[in-house]
Amino acid sequence: MQALVYLAAAVTVLPLLAILLYLLKQGATALNADFFTALPQPVGESGGGMGNAIIGTLILIGVASGVGLPVGIGAGLYLAERRSTRLAMIVRFLADVLNGLPSIVMGIFAWELLVRPVHHFSALAGGIALGAMMVPMVTRTTEEMVRLVPTPLREAALALGYSNWRTSLSIVLRTALGGIVTGALVAIARIAGETAPLLFTAFGNQFWSTSLGEPIAALPLQIFTYAISPYDQWHAQAWAGALVLVGIVFLISLAARVAVRHRHRAED
Amino acid sequence: MRVAGAGVGDRIYDWVITAFALVIPIMLVLVFAAVAEAAWPALRSFGFWFLVSSDWNPSAGQFGAAPAIFGTIVSSALALLIATPLALGVAVFLSELAPPWMRQPVAFTVDLLAAIPSVVYGLWGVFVLVPLLREHVIPFLRDTLHLGATPLFAGPAYGPSMLAAGVILAIMVLPYISAVSREVLSAVPRSQREAALALGATRWETIRDAVLPYARSGIVGGVMLGLGRALGETMAVTMLIGNRHEISASLLAPGYTMASLIANEFSEATGELHLSALMAVGLILLVLTFVVNALARWLVWRTGRAGGAP
Repeated sequence: MQALVYLAAAVTVLPLLAILLYLLKQGATALNADFFTALPQPVGESGGGMGNAIIGTLILIGVASGVGLPVGIGAGLYLAERRSTRLAMIVRFLADVLNGLPSIVMGIFAWELLVRPVHHFSALAGGIALGAMMVPMVTRTTEEMVRLVPTPLREAALALGYSNWRTSLSIVLRTALGGIVTGALVAIARIAGETAPLLFTAFGNQFWSTSLGEPIAALPLQIFTYAISPYDQWHAQAWAGALVLVGIVFLISLAARVAVRHRHRAED
Repeated sequence: MRVAGAGVGDRIYDWVITAFALVIPIMLVLVFAAVAEAAWPALRSFGFWFLVSSDWNPSAGQFGAAPAIFGTIVSSALALLIATPLALGVAVFLSELAPPWMRQPVAFTVDLLAAIPSVVYGLWGVFVLVPLLREHVIPFLRDTLHLGATPLFAGPAYGPSMLAAGVILAIMVLPYISAVSREVLSAVPRSQREAALALGATRWETIRDAVLPYARSGIVGGVMLGLGRALGETMAVTMLIGNRHEISASLLAPGYTMASLIANEFSEATGELHLSALMAVGLILLVLTFVVNALARWLVWRTGRAGGAP
């Protein structure tokens, strides 16, 4: 039986290696400097890139963070400081449930509230859909990190005459900041590759656009469009896009890990 | 010693963080309200028949979600069937058996699987998994294992299929199930293991008879969290399942899931009713995943509590 357990571990690690190696091989051959700066080209014309989609994804991440981080951190503070009130129990449970809801549903939600009433797709709606997905994730990690702050630290501040709110914001929140940054980065890494909610909101764009009121290109959307097209040239571009997207996601995840390590060292 | 005005500051601070906390229940209510509002015209036109009819004909104004509901359940079940034993194996390996130097790298690799975006899994599935299934796995299942005669593997194998969707979903939900299982296994108290070992149980017997039963409801919760993911997973499935309104007993036939149906037809919806029918499918998906997730969280929470009390 133990052998079976070892086999399961091996079988699990295999597809990841297969995916990463294949992605590197396919993506690297199609990747060049143009890819990062040029606009998508029509079929038949060589070259072209996903410059607009890369910028678009960064803008969407920015809007999502602007919406998701303050709400998530505020709600997390509440859960950590009023941990056993009835409202805290309910919010904690609902945050976990919200976290598990399909991203496509969050897309429909943003579409019905922000796209349909104004009759056109927009970067803002896309960013808000992604931001809404970040809220429960950031809430729960913030709560965990704030709870780790030792009580004596809080008591010391209160004994010095600090009011509750100043203790929370300038002592507790600052001590937990490293962990909160890590949680935020993990949440950003997860929404950076989201495609489904953007179908209903950001929609995609073949041109340069940085306006929040207009449809905007995004890397995952562009990869999807190219992957299901019948053209080899677009398939190659899709692989290059996938490599860049996975690169961005892994870089953010790596930054999150470095932030954790840094924090642990600071505590030693 | 209190600074003047601190009372006011505290009250404002309380009020602000409470308001942020209230955003979460409000958001959930808004999600339900928005999806229900968008789904309303279709629900009013078709009522209960929407759930059981398999007639999806936009030009005739007929919509039934049965094939998509069927496809969602079959592809998710297939995914769990493949992923659960593997994920449990990895979790047991990491928490009980692995030498310490191996734990970190293997856990990191499994976590990385969760970080790869859905659309990248879809891309890999289209160009690697589907050809692999068509040229090697399906001939093996049919000719070597003689399963071709069973309805499950009957009919032609074009490529995109329920099987392909199930396999990619399995790879995608595996890290979620194994992460929760690992957490639950580590919440099993030491005394539980020591008691079994003291009675003369081997390491394997300890895991089987003392650790796993204790962690059972938490593991079931982890599997259900994986189920929640699988039910709503969109992009990879849209790219691999073949997108056809059809209920077929064969896993090699193309199908639809609720999420892939919405994603695939949204941009080409032919009218208000078609659009609303898609949103009604979204509402079914929302209710289903809400129930599955709520149940899963409750199960995991219960185990965590039992493990926390000595």
